[in-house]
Amino acid sequence: MSKDSSFIVERSTRLSAAAGIAAAVLVVVLAFGPLLFSANIVDSLTTLFIYLILSVMWNALAGYAGLVSVGQQAFFGLGAYFAIELSYHGVGVYPALLLGALLAGILSLPISPLMLRLRGGEFAIGMWVVAELAHLLVVLDPLINGETGASLIALNAFSPDHRRAYNYWMALATAVMLLTVVFMLLRGRLGASVQAIRDDEDAAKSVGVRVLAGKRIIFFLAAFGCALAGTLWLATSITFQPNTYFGIQWTAYMIFMVLVGGLGTFEGAIVGGVIFFLIEYMFGATGVWYLIGLGATAIVFALFLPRGLWGTLEDRWRIRLLPVGYSLRMPSADADAPDAAAAARERRPTPASLDKHDIAASNSIPARPR
Amino acid sequence: MIWITQLLNGVLLGGYYALLACGLSFMFGVMRIINLAHGDLAILCACVVFFIADQTGISPFVALIVALPLMAAIGFWLQRLMLERSLRGGMLVPLLTTFGLAIVIENGLFEYFGADSRSLAPYIGDFAFDSWAIPGNIYIGSLALLIFAVAVVLLGGLKLFLTHTSLGRAIRATAEDPDTAGLVGINARYVYAVAAAIAVASAGLAGVFLAMRETFSPYSGPTQLIFAFEAVVIGGIGSLSGTLVGGIVLGIAQTFGAQINPQGFLIAGHVVFLVVLAGRLAAGALQARGGLHRLFARRS
Repeated sequence: MSKDSSFIVERSTRLSAAAGIAAAVLVVVLAFGPLLFSANIVDSLTTLFIYLILSVMWNALAGYAGLVSVGQQAFFGLGAYFAIELSYHGVGVYPALLLGALLAGILSLPISPLMLRLRGGEFAIGMWVVAELAHLLVVLDPLINGETGASLIALNAFSPDHRRAYNYWMALATAVMLLTVVFMLLRGRLGASVQAIRDDEDAAKSVGVRVLAGKRIIFFLAAFGCALAGTLWLATSITFQPNTYFGIQWTAYMIFMVLVGGLGTFEGAIVGGVIFFLIEYMFGATGVWYLIGLGATAIVFALFLPRGLWGTLEDRWRIRLLPVGYSLRMPSADADAPDAAAAARERRPTPASLDKHDIAASNSIPARPR
Repeated sequence: MIWITQLLNGVLLGGYYALLACGLSFMFGVMRIINLAHGDLAILCACVVFFIADQTGISPFVALIVALPLMAAIGFWLQRLMLERSLRGGMLVPLLTTFGLAIVIENGLFEYFGADSRSLAPYIGDFAFDSWAIPGNIYIGSLALLIFAVAVVLLGGLKLFLTHTSLGRAIRATAEDPDTAGLVGINARYVYAVAAAIAVASAGLAGVFLAMRETFSPYSGPTQLIFAFEAVVIGGIGSLSGTLVGGIVLGIAQTFGAQINPQGFLIAGHVVFLVVLAGRLAAGALQARGGLHRLFARRS
């Protein structure tokens, strides 16, 4: 199949190369954020970066690996909790934030063999139980004072201005790093294999995809990413209240961002994160109605626009800014009829359309030396 | 003696969990949907009954005559308007939509009823704390006993309904293979909606019993969903008689946990769930689910 000369496998386009350069320029500009923007904007952007991390992580988990977790707040809360413990035991405060997240990520490894054998809804609620258990156990720690919580007091060593700038840089660096790692992983062999698992686990297994290994990498990455988001949240808010950090609302936010942006599209998760940030900025103060609106919007998108805003745009105009997939192009049609070429491109599989053709396509990638 | 009393309490509490889990298990067995709004639908029914009892002074037991058909109707139309469409989108979409529904229900209830914890106990008089003495200084709450009896009757009745009525057989046939069921003249859409109606009404009944037993708030739903799910998994997914066993195991674990530590109630339940899960995975027995589950053989 790889020798079939009637198709060209396309991994990037001129447009996507331009988008990549634009993203790099944007990151460089953002790196000077604390020197350029007002304190308010720096704080807002820090929050936005945290949302982007959560959105991209949940998308990697649910959109690509098919693991709908309603318990990622377990790692969000555990990361923050470990950071407080480490800082209390004398670790420098910013290293504690990183190490805390890493510990929470590592903790996902012994959990994964149990959880990853569950499928669909069983996995979803199983993760919820894990989050509840983590919450209950953290509250037992005397350092946390029950539901009252504790503070990351060591942050007081920095002046508010410095703290703001450090938090911003850490959030930006974390977001860029995690987005890049997810992008590279999904573009590589792992992306194809986890998507094959998502679309049909048994079929994937039968053609030699190492199901558990693939899921475990994504599961660890998502746990680590959510834990980093949790420690960053701790750095910006200083106080740790178990009820807030282990709250189910984080899952609601993640589902909203990914569904609105586009489940299973890399750019969609980013778009969803930005949209959620704006919506929270505008309506967050309305409290309960805001949450009702988020839930209702998630239902509407899941039912009527399952590819989300970006996925729908992508399908209509065939834009791929940050392509992680493979496109098939017919060389003869390319020169004079770009529309026909576009039509011939392979559509990326979605959880909404279980298409055997997609599975075949994702497994027909020429094997590359590892 | 305290341990025997706790054991009995645990078993009776298990009856409540079985009742709560019954709808979750049934819906999964028939439609392969895990309804993440299950707990919130239970609380919704508790709120409806509370509203009726509070406004009119009618006994909550009488109010069930209005509330349960209402819940059944909600279940029926939930299937028709939302779940049916999300089922067409694959395995993940029902999870996402029911999670969205859960958020909408609990925050909607909060908007209307506020954050206060409520209870139906004041509306059922002495029955809330009546108990029977058994020789040996053991007391059994009459409400707990009633809930257990209702759970056994409901689970048994459902089993008989599935095996002995034409609608029950239609549900089983549709669960097995909706397309083939359609060939022999079964209206799968209608059958699914009826199954959803039964599931949601039974969840509502459990919610009302919860409200009689203890306090509830608009945000109590997720905890109930988790309990129900734990009972289902411990007992074996899709098996109605297993659900009763699972509920009892969970109930005993929780009452014993509470005896050890105030936080132990929840922790022990979750730990037993994870241990059972780990044990079953280790034994590689997750595929071989026994009992009634064979009625709902896996769709390919």
